Amino acid sequence: MDRGSARIESLADLYREPNWDKTMQTDRPVNLNLLKMSWPLAAITSITHRVTGVVLFIGVAFGLYALNLGLSSPTGFDEAASLVQQPFPKFVLFGLLLALVFHLVAGVKHLLLDFHFGDSLAAARTGAWAVIVATLVITGALGVVLW
Amino acid sequence: MVTQALSLSRSGLSDFIAQRVTAYILAAYSIYFIGFFVSGEVSHASLTAFFWAPSMQIFSTMAILSIAAHAWVGMWTIGTDYLRAAHVGSMATSIRFFYQMICLLALFVYLLWSLRLVWQF
Repeated sequence: MDRGSARIESLADLYREPNWDKTMQTDRPVNLNLLKMSWPLAAITSITHRVTGVVLFIGVAFGLYALNLGLSSPTGFDEAASLVQQPFPKFVLFGLLLALVFHLVAGVKHLLLDFHFGDSLAAARTGAWAVIVATLVITGALGVVLW
Repeated sequence: MVTQALSLSRSGLSDFIAQRVTAYILAAYSIYFIGFFVSGEVSHASLTAFFWAPSMQIFSTMAILSIAAHAWVGMWTIGTDYLRAAHVGSMATSIRFFYQMICLLALFVYLLWSLRLVWQF
């Protein structure tokens, strides 16, 4: 988009340009092409946080279904209990549990970043590893206890 | 210009805070809820006693409302990041609007379904 005016390169330019807000480019190029990005570990855990968020968004329906069945009656409870012992439902439930634990652990890390805990580059790398390890350990432990 | 018509509060800062506050509630609720299933043998009687205790009904309602707000902000963020003209073509705004309406419908169903479950109406 040609706005017919000098580009603002520095703060000094800004002061010389009375209509700077009108000349500022609002159609700046944004690179969100996921295939062209480089993917350090922190980026992988970051997008996994998003993916698990979407998974949980859909997974709420499964959770509500199971909870509804389990609460309905003693027979319904037994039905729900035997349902989650079948291979595919068990796989779905375990997948949702994994997504929940990851989203929770990565979310807690996010909340710590809000308070500037671990927001240096080195700490971000350690943090990404910590999220993965904690997720696997917690989900593994829950899997052992629940089955 | 980017419009804010479909964000939660039409303010990025308010959305940010809503996402954080609901995250604290959902973290506490998730841990408490999973904790119940991990802490011992669960039966129909123990599940109903746990889930329909008045304090748990209030906690669940907080969690349900938190999910609605938290998921709205999250899905909005994802939609505005990836459903753009650069990714999905010139129909991007229509596609994103449709996507958000699907999210809204799903959250509305979740909201009523879960409130019905919690308060037994």
